[in-house]
Amino acid sequence: MASSSYITDILRRPPERTFLGRLKAGDEISYLTTLACAASILLIVGLIVAELWTKSQPTVQTFGWKFLSTSTWNPNSDQYGALPFIYGTCVTSAVALIISIPLGVGAAIFLAEMAPPRLSNMLTFLIELLAAVPSVIYGLLGIFILVPLIREYLVPALRNTFGYLPIFEGPFYGVSMLSAGLVLAVMVVPFIVSVSREVLLAVPTDQREAALALGATKWETTWDIVLPNASTGILGSVFLALARALGETMAVTMVIGNTPKIAASLFAPGYSIAAVIANEFAEANGKLYISSLIFLGLVLFGLTIVINAVARILILMTTRKAA
Amino acid sequence: MRLLGLTRFSRGNFAAAAVTVMAAALPMTAQVNLTGAGATFPAPIYQKWFSDYQSIGHVQINYQAIGSGGGIKSVTEGTVDFGASDAALTDAQIQNFKDKHNGHTILLFPTVLGAAVPTYNIPGVTQQLNFTPQALAGIYLGTITKWNDKEIASANPGVKLPSTDIVVIHRSEGSGTTYCWTDYLSKVSPEWKSKVGKNASVDWPTGLGAKGNDGVAGLLKQQAGSIGYVELIYAVQNHLPFGKVKNASGEFVKADLASVTAAAGALKEMPADFRVSITNETGKGVYPISTFTWLLVPSQWSDQGKKNAMVSFLKWAITTGQNSVEALDYAKLPASVVAKEQKQIADIQ
Repeated sequence: MASSSYITDILRRPPERTFLGRLKAGDEISYLTTLACAASILLIVGLIVAELWTKSQPTVQTFGWKFLSTSTWNPNSDQYGALPFIYGTCVTSAVALIISIPLGVGAAIFLAEMAPPRLSNMLTFLIELLAAVPSVIYGLLGIFILVPLIREYLVPALRNTFGYLPIFEGPFYGVSMLSAGLVLAVMVVPFIVSVSREVLLAVPTDQREAALALGATKWETTWDIVLPNASTGILGSVFLALARALGETMAVTMVIGNTPKIAASLFAPGYSIAAVIANEFAEANGKLYISSLIFLGLVLFGLTIVINAVARILILMTTRKAA
Repeated sequence: MRLLGLTRFSRGNFAAAAVTVMAAALPMTAQVNLTGAGATFPAPIYQKWFSDYQSIGHVQINYQAIGSGGGIKSVTEGTVDFGASDAALTDAQIQNFKDKHNGHTILLFPTVLGAAVPTYNIPGVTQQLNFTPQALAGIYLGTITKWNDKEIASANPGVKLPSTDIVVIHRSEGSGTTYCWTDYLSKVSPEWKSKVGKNASVDWPTGLGAKGNDGVAGLLKQQAGSIGYVELIYAVQNHLPFGKVKNASGEFVKADLASVTAAAGALKEMPADFRVSITNETGKGVYPISTFTWLLVPSQWSDQGKKNAMVSFLKWAITTGQNSVEALDYAKLPASVVAKEQKQIADIQ
């Protein structure tokens, strides 16, 4: 019959290979769109690096690698060295992570594993609110509330217990790398808690049930089964925190003391890369001065990449060992 | 829904069209827009001037307080109509402007005066301290480290100064106040001049950096035995204690509106381009750490409407506008400077 042959005709027809026909499928559209999104991010990063590199040429040509290893920063004699800023950035971020990792992961474990769901949701909401507080507020809280507390309680306590360590020596003026590290710790904790909690919740319930069925206690289950499963994700949250700590500007500049000197003591004032750029860029005059500040931006970029790479290698090594 | 949305849209369009028609029918007083950027120190008085002047001259002036360096950069690049700076332009900066504008120069117009004052927090000391130039330079160089140093003590008979360490605080970000402060120290101390020099930010031999006047004041309040410098206006408005400074005539002077204006009046000869530093001036009642702040106006304008607006605003600001500066704690220009500026306004083409 005519009608049946028409239907079989359609069924036999090979799928359309024209461009429009392919587009109808939707796969290609989504592929191209998402590809464009991904490419645009790469493009932005590439453009930033290229722009920083071209604008920092005067500094590169004048100082070369010495820029990274000298510690004079004198706009009047046009001498620029980045070492104190690199040092300050690394030290404050390290202090922040040393405090915030145990605190953040501990809180995440409680919220994901121990707390009743309703309490957990409420607390998580509150912690995420912390992430939305503008950094200038953290800076003000730091200088007016945290610094007096540190001066009153923390510094004497550290002096009495670990005073023999060079990192807790010398006079304390309130603003210091220690204060900056503590303020940063408060600022990055929400990132660690929020992401780590999600990761812990994503560990399949079967795993927990299996461990419990084998006679493990609740804590053994968490420590030996859930945490190892979530370790990569937790490390991811730490990277996020680290990125925030490295790049934080406003809060740091308010409590770090803004002194480009390298001191072993955490009580001493320091300076960070982001802080010096924010402080001096608007008033910078002179080609070499501006280009040195721009080069500092590139250094911060590089520093972030290096630290991330090192951390990633560390993960690879630990996971391989575990395997 | 879509129909409703469409109706709403077109209704909005009709309204907009009606407003346009009505506006066109009204006799138009042409509103000119000017954009400026620069110094933060005079920003409060500039904002007041611009808003007061809007109803007088029908000029909308937008001002971004991005800092003196940013103001110089923006006006040189031509991204704003005029700039503002707390430090007079250097020869190189003017040359740079000329290179980018076919040889046409940029004019500097002093608008108001400001000052930097030494403020301190010494437990047990409530009197107003006297500072000699040598004491200030020594403290900021790090050679005077104790409050009972004889350079400080000899200028303050009867004040019981403690033997504690001096904690030095300075501004961390580049600022006109720092420029004024270091310009003064460079004039009174050869050692400061050779070791540190003057600039919006310098390589400080000692001390802690705090961001902004409020940062300096905040740190000062917490740190016993500290000294810092802030703008006079900030110190007055926040009731901070600040010291007298010995001027070049050997007199200890407290900074106030009169003593700052006196510093400008004491100037023997105002250069034709107004590029002058008035720190460490000689004269009775002169406060030595004072400075002009300037508007930076291109000498050549392509848009005559904007040019006329700029010119009439400048005329207004240095005459009528001066009446409102003291209410905001700025020191006003001496009459001699105003007269000279009025001549320079004619150079704007």
